[in-house]
Amino acid sequence: MTWTKKDVLDMESLSAEEINIILDTADSLKEISKRPIKKVPTLRGKTVILFFQEASTRTRVSFDIAAKRLSADSISISASNSSMVKGETLIDTAKNLEAMSPDIIVMRHSSSGAPHLLAQRISASIINAGDGTHAHPTQALLDMMTVRERKGSLKNLRVSIIGDISRSRVARSNILGFTKMGAHVKVAAPPTMMPKGIESLGASVTGDMKSAIEGADVIMMLRIQKERQQSFLFPSEREYSKRFGLNISRLQHAKPDVLIMHPGPLNRGVEIAPEVADAPYSVILDQVTSGVAVRMAILYLLAGGMRDADDH
Amino acid sequence: MQMIIKNGHVIDPGNINAIADIHVDNGKIVSVKILKKASGVRKGGADGKGLSPEQNVSPGEPEAGRVIDASGCIVVPGLIDMHVHLREPGEEYKETIESGIRAAAAGGFTSICCMPNTRPVNDNGQVTEFIIQTARQCRSVNVYPVAAISRGLAGKEMCEYGELKEAGAVAISDDGRPVVDSLLMRRALEYSQSVGLKVISHCEDPSLSGGVMNEGSVATRAGLAGIPNAAESIMVMRDIALSELTGVPVHIAHVSARESIFAIRDAKARGVNVTAETAPHYFTLTDNDVKNYDTYAKMNPPLRSVDDRSAVREALSDGTIDVIATDHAPHSILEKDVEFDMAANGIIGLETAVGLSLILVSKGVMSMETLVEKLANNPAKILGLESGIADGKTANFTIIDPKRSHVYHAKEGYSKSKNTPFDGWEFPGKVVTTIVGGVVVFSS
Repeated sequence: MTWTKKDVLDMESLSAEEINIILDTADSLKEISKRPIKKVPTLRGKTVILFFQEASTRTRVSFDIAAKRLSADSISISASNSSMVKGETLIDTAKNLEAMSPDIIVMRHSSSGAPHLLAQRISASIINAGDGTHAHPTQALLDMMTVRERKGSLKNLRVSIIGDISRSRVARSNILGFTKMGAHVKVAAPPTMMPKGIESLGASVTGDMKSAIEGADVIMMLRIQKERQQSFLFPSEREYSKRFGLNISRLQHAKPDVLIMHPGPLNRGVEIAPEVADAPYSVILDQVTSGVAVRMAILYLLAGGMRDADDH
Repeated sequence: MQMIIKNGHVIDPGNINAIADIHVDNGKIVSVKILKKASGVRKGGADGKGLSPEQNVSPGEPEAGRVIDASGCIVVPGLIDMHVHLREPGEEYKETIESGIRAAAAGGFTSICCMPNTRPVNDNGQVTEFIIQTARQCRSVNVYPVAAISRGLAGKEMCEYGELKEAGAVAISDDGRPVVDSLLMRRALEYSQSVGLKVISHCEDPSLSGGVMNEGSVATRAGLAGIPNAAESIMVMRDIALSELTGVPVHIAHVSARESIFAIRDAKARGVNVTAETAPHYFTLTDNDVKNYDTYAKMNPPLRSVDDRSAVREALSDGTIDVIATDHAPHSILEKDVEFDMAANGIIGLETAVGLSLILVSKGVMSMETLVEKLANNPAKILGLESGIADGKTANFTIIDPKRSHVYHAKEGYSKSKNTPFDGWEFPGKVVTTIVGGVVVFSS
């Protein structure tokens, strides 16, 4: 099996085989970040544009570092310093970027499907770094890499995702990704944050924290956004924390080797208690480390790593 | 100027269903001469009910004039589309009154009603007059303006309905936006009736409708915000209640949700004077057609579930839904070639309505007679417009060849805009001639 995809847009369009290729490649590239000189010449002469219409620190920096460690030239554009604030359409902005011959455009956008729109129009590879509430494939892949490192395999693991599932692209991508690799995913949230038909992605649904925690190999907490209170999703952070926050006493019901994950940024004391976030079973910072490796792997694969190797 | 439409299968539900010659003189029907009772007509075809041979006696062939051979075709009263957006004044790059009229003629419509959400809004007599004058200069399809319920469609105060009626408006609607204020809706119903304007309601509760497609698993998968059926049905129920309270008829625009249909069916059963329309896309497509963020599948109300589509079809067949109207909503690529969230709602529909309705007939969902009722007789009845094929009536006809299957190509259409999900669809039959006041305004 070789890599043939032009874009990485979502977990739905990646096969289990392709997921394995990415994770295996990431495993092999991870070591580069531990060297004294953290740079290889693999993508020398390749241009990567980081096109972030929506705010991001962690993901943008992670992609930037990944590109630089592979010696690609990376250029960062955000909404506030792009001509999109001057009323240029997304397609025009992208066509202009394309005219400068980038090899890869890493894109984050507040509208679901925006990367798909561009992928149809331009020849550069598109990596979706988060689109609306749709997908965040590199987050799911780095989560899967982190779990695979600890547990050896994803098969038959029980993964619980807890929080605002409705508005979470991380939840959607992780449900699809983990399920494809043979894990069982359960989602937990108050009914106001549970989207209709989420079962069709392969998850089982519960409104009960205890059932989400018991027997889980992995517990993934999602960030609660304070502004959501205005859409009547929950009465208060205090009540949310009491009913759906992860704290030490709740963790009594968990398996002793449970992994605690969070895509960040954390709301300490709301969805996750500080002592849980900092506990030994928390792999929140390992997720960030995996992020660089997974993004290096995807850049490498899309920039022709395997495609070129095959051609010649 | 005389005209004979020869040998067509004339269908005017409740009046005639027979092979007949129609004689026209000076824009009026002078006689309908029955040649033979229709038999063995198309699947689901009419049963000849209402045929009254004692009338329709021909005075003989005219000496001169145009002869249209309608053999093998169906001749029906001119179709009326009571829900069209013409975009002029203000957004002429999407559609003009003239281009919209040409699209209507090609689609078989002899009359269309245009919604008031132009720029400026049609909320005063001058805009109404401008639309009527511009349309008249085209000497083609009749255009009946629908004026606004509230000034600027802002939902705050009533327009001057008396003036709008005098200027030529036939109905009022804030289409595109709901009238959220129930008191304003009540007063609009009460007051407009006194000047003879029909109220058409765009039913939507905006606090529930903050999404971009139908709420459900397709939206969840795509990460798109959903609009539940209740965003529509709540307002349908309110308007039924207001119609009951005031005794004034109300017409519900573009019904998409099954709960709306249940409410309308119940209301009709207890005698409330409510009528309803749906659009071809609601009986044809579902939210599954929002594939790969196709903005041509984005409309408001949104394409619903398979169950809703079934309910819409059933409601067409049992009479709960009275009218098929297109909600023809032209948009350029500026509004459609963008992120799904940002794309404008709506699709063009004038040139595909008959084709899509014929598909329903071929599927046995409704008869040809029912199709004619939904597209001609019922909208006329609701709006108080003339319709029908009988001596003395205005010579408005649509001639359809039910066997002329063809592929529709949007770029060959007459509308200025091409925003349709039906590009490349095959339709079983085709509008071949459109006649307004005895004048052929389209033939193919």
